[in-house]
Amino acid sequence: MAPNSIHWFRKGLRLHDNPALQEAVRGASTVRCVYFLDPWFAGSSNLGVNRWRFLLQCLDDLDANLRKLNSRLFVIRGQPANVFPRLFKEWDISRLTFEYDTEPFGKERDAAIKKLAMEAGVEVIVKTSHTLYDLDKIIEMNGGQPPLTYKRFQTLISRMDPPEMPVETLSHVVMGKCVTPISEDHGDKYGVPSLEELGFDTEGLPTAVWPGGETEALTRIERHLERKAWVANFERPRMNANSLLASPTGLSPYLRFGCLSCRLFYFRLTDLYRKVKKNSSPPLSLYGQLLWREFFYTAATTNPRFDKMEGNPICVRIPWDRNPEALAKWAEAKTGFPWIDAIMTQLRQEGWIHHLARHAVACFLTRGDLWISWEEGMKVFEELLLDADWSVNAGSWMWLSCSSFFQQFFHCYCPVGFGRRTDPNGDFIRRYLPVLRGFPAKYIYDPWNAPESVQAAAKCVIGVHYPKPMVNHAEASRLNIERMKQIYQQLSRYRGLGLLASVPSTHNGNGNGTIMAYSPGEQQTGTNAATTPPVSGSSVASGNRTGSILLNFDSEEHQGPSGLQQQQLGYQNMPDSSQVINGSRLYQSSIPHDFTVPQLPGCLLHTGGSVTGKRERELDPDSEEEETLSTSHKLQRQIAEKS
Amino acid sequence: MKRGQRGDEQEGGGSSSSEPRKRLRPQNLEEQEREENALDWGRLPQEILLQVFQYLPLLDRAFASQVCRGWNQAFHMPELWRCFEFELTQPASSYLKATHPDLIKQIIKRHSNHLQYVSFKVDSSTESAEAACDILSQLVNCSLKTLGLISTARPSFMELPKSHFISALTVVFVNSKSLSSLKIDDTPVDDPSLKVLVANNSDTLKLLKMSSCPHVSPAGILCVADQCHGLRELALNYHLLSDELLLALSSERHVHLEHLRIDVVSENPGQLFHTIKKSSWDALVRHSPKFNLVMYFFLYEDEFGPFFQYEVPVTHLYFGRSVSKEVLGRVGLTCPRLVELVVCANGLRPLDEELIRIAERCQQLSAIGLGECEVSCSAFVEFVKMCGRRLSQLSIMEEVLVPDHKYGLDEIHWEVSKHLGRVWFPDMMPTW
Repeated sequence: MAPNSIHWFRKGLRLHDNPALQEAVRGASTVRCVYFLDPWFAGSSNLGVNRWRFLLQCLDDLDANLRKLNSRLFVIRGQPANVFPRLFKEWDISRLTFEYDTEPFGKERDAAIKKLAMEAGVEVIVKTSHTLYDLDKIIEMNGGQPPLTYKRFQTLISRMDPPEMPVETLSHVVMGKCVTPISEDHGDKYGVPSLEELGFDTEGLPTAVWPGGETEALTRIERHLERKAWVANFERPRMNANSLLASPTGLSPYLRFGCLSCRLFYFRLTDLYRKVKKNSSPPLSLYGQLLWREFFYTAATTNPRFDKMEGNPICVRIPWDRNPEALAKWAEAKTGFPWIDAIMTQLRQEGWIHHLARHAVACFLTRGDLWISWEEGMKVFEELLLDADWSVNAGSWMWLSCSSFFQQFFHCYCPVGFGRRTDPNGDFIRRYLPVLRGFPAKYIYDPWNAPESVQAAAKCVIGVHYPKPMVNHAEASRLNIERMKQIYQQLSRYRGLGLLASVPSTHNGNGNGTIMAYSPGEQQTGTNAATTPPVSGSSVASGNRTGSILLNFDSEEHQGPSGLQQQQLGYQNMPDSSQVINGSRLYQSSIPHDFTVPQLPGCLLHTGGSVTGKRERELDPDSEEEETLSTSHKLQRQIAEKS
Repeated sequence: MKRGQRGDEQEGGGSSSSEPRKRLRPQNLEEQEREENALDWGRLPQEILLQVFQYLPLLDRAFASQVCRGWNQAFHMPELWRCFEFELTQPASSYLKATHPDLIKQIIKRHSNHLQYVSFKVDSSTESAEAACDILSQLVNCSLKTLGLISTARPSFMELPKSHFISALTVVFVNSKSLSSLKIDDTPVDDPSLKVLVANNSDTLKLLKMSSCPHVSPAGILCVADQCHGLRELALNYHLLSDELLLALSSERHVHLEHLRIDVVSENPGQLFHTIKKSSWDALVRHSPKFNLVMYFFLYEDEFGPFFQYEVPVTHLYFGRSVSKEVLGRVGLTCPRLVELVVCANGLRPLDEELIRIAERCQQLSAIGLGECEVSCSAFVEFVKMCGRRLSQLSIMEEVLVPDHKYGLDEIHWEVSKHLGRVWFPDMMPTW
């Protein structure tokens, strides 16, 4: 007997290039496409109205497109684990299909559903289509750990086969004899709810700048490619005042919800490039937007604590300040810095901001000015940003706060200068902060510096109509750069005066799983090697291993593998005992004498076989195969021969 | 661990099945005895234990101290308590856990006389700073060699009543008498307390870091420099820097200075900064030819007037805010000792000639970082070619490089790698 199928939509809200959906209809007698209003939104209160609206529009569009095929979308209220058993029975289901979810939470959920389906005698078919590549394969190629630098990731990608071609769009032909039984009361039982039904007050809600749905996505990709073809320049467009505004060619929210297939985008770009550039093969940079996304998915897929600092092996532990008032000012666009506030206003109103604008506000919240944890910023983005995906959101925040991925931290975006550089006239500010409309360009980025007469003429007195700046940026950046330097010096065990050398090397750094792992040999190879400053600390109060240990022995929480990992990898402050014991190496001349606590070579750091030090990594034989790097082989040979 | 303990065999739980079997063979008794001895971890000599313990973090040492009396004694050996880092945080203001109060009590009671290298990490809450001061004021019977007060977030020592902070700090100054390193950035330390420091520790003081201590005057720091002739490292704000200070540090009685760190921060736009005479810098370079001068600038573009007007012995330069093309031009002319240059931002005009000049004039330059700037690809390649392999650190944001007729972004990594002798890429930021 031909099977009855359910296709379960989560992401991948589209009929084009949907291999799992295709599997659902293949040879089936019936198919029902379901969407659960719940799992994805567990803790749905976090999500802003724009994100809900976008989702509902996606579902409406999906339903409309399914109708054209004499089918419908079944929106089901409840938890999949609770409802599936009933549906299996009620609809006599023997096949369940869905798109592979790479995220740890999703993998766990899907494993449970799979088990449940199997027990009910339902065949489960899972297909990868939200990412270009099989992420596990990338990890395998990297020796079992996700790559921790984008360069390393690109190298791995360049060695892989190109992504699979998109599959055919669902059509009458593809459907064949497969039908969807639809009841009279389908609308009541399974209809897409409205925002009002979900309890949102929609009065005065402006129309969506980013309308959701596959249909819109397919229109946009045409426009996107047309514009690229017209410009005929495939390099990253340079930033200007216009790029700050929502563009009708923007695709990121559509990729996030899977209204647009990343593979379709990938191959359309390739075709266009070949056409314009007369068949030369496209560089990886052509796919930048897609590959960054893929990079963060890869980094997150095996790390359930990817969105946390504590217990996250790739995240540097930074003693961020807890400051709810300051956080609220940032989130509510009341920092007193027009550039920051305008961006945050745009984000709240429209659900999208340019990537450099994201850098600006993320830097301001974290390492630049407020010294507030990236996790807090990530949560605000999760509420407001249409394209915020768990992996990409957390990964980008770690990146921007220099909490991972071997980032240089010297560069802080100035909350005054950066905006002025991008949009000297300040039109972007005036658009989103009408209260500042009257200020001349000269003062619009730092209105508190405007003479009183100018403020009066602008009908906006700073401190009355618009807040004063919440921090002194010069002072904050002085403090913060110093702290970042200390933290990174501790990580890299670099003791010199340089700022740039404080960041662990990124050359081909596959990082093998953790940013903190350096071989004990490294201390000897560094320029300021084998020197330890006189001040050491004891490790009592670092991280998990804190506080009451001595007295309560509350070791329970450190027992699991993650706990163990952390204790090995955390940048714990270890007393350098050789020097403690000898006590005499009080002052080492020529060594800047610092208070970052030294680490004893080999004593705490994880020294698993494949972890290599900076130098070795530069000579990583792996990189010889890099197709992207025709130079690297020769250069490395040269270096190897010299040393 | 338990293997050495007699009478444990029965409860060994199957893990050591070979041991009881050996025991049955009487001819092996002697051998077994020897093995027993060798395995008796509890009889390790204290020196060996110490060697082992010093490699263990405190938590593991604490666990180990529960094993037997000998290990417990080892746990309390003074050598293991010479350094300690107190982490003082409040749940409301920090994500990190604090050093447990009971541990603090125990240290003060049993080990305070062993402490030599002490640092305090405090979060942004006043309570934490308060707690640090409480501990400090109890350190009466110890002789510290180093003391660091470190604010991990917004500086909270500044929020304490000045007198409270000073009295706690001077407890250490008075009792220690052999302080060699002192890091008290962002604290309300003042001139009189520095006098106490000098009176008690002038022979030993080698390092003093006190950036952003608003209650210290140029006279206060001058007093330190005048009397602490062993001072080798000093960090302070520009407003404390004076010709007199540089001359004091260059006096014959003074050891060679190794490291001077100056933060130049503007409080209000348009602030006027005093100048330092060229002759004062020259004197310092004559006295300490190898010293490093690290300068961090956080100024508005129009405040650079007094700087880089003549030769300065600066070795590490950091421009935290936008700095003009013109000032960077002056850097090339006036900083022959420059080792590292970091520019966070600049205007929209390319820095081509400025970089070339820096490559030409700053023969020691080995590290450069550029943030929001613009440089044409050809000028950048030229710069790298001139500096060559001495550029051990080269961090340029991808957006900085403007493609021109000679090089696009794809070629530049090849060209630059060639001149550097190693694989190089510009820094990338996620497009998200």
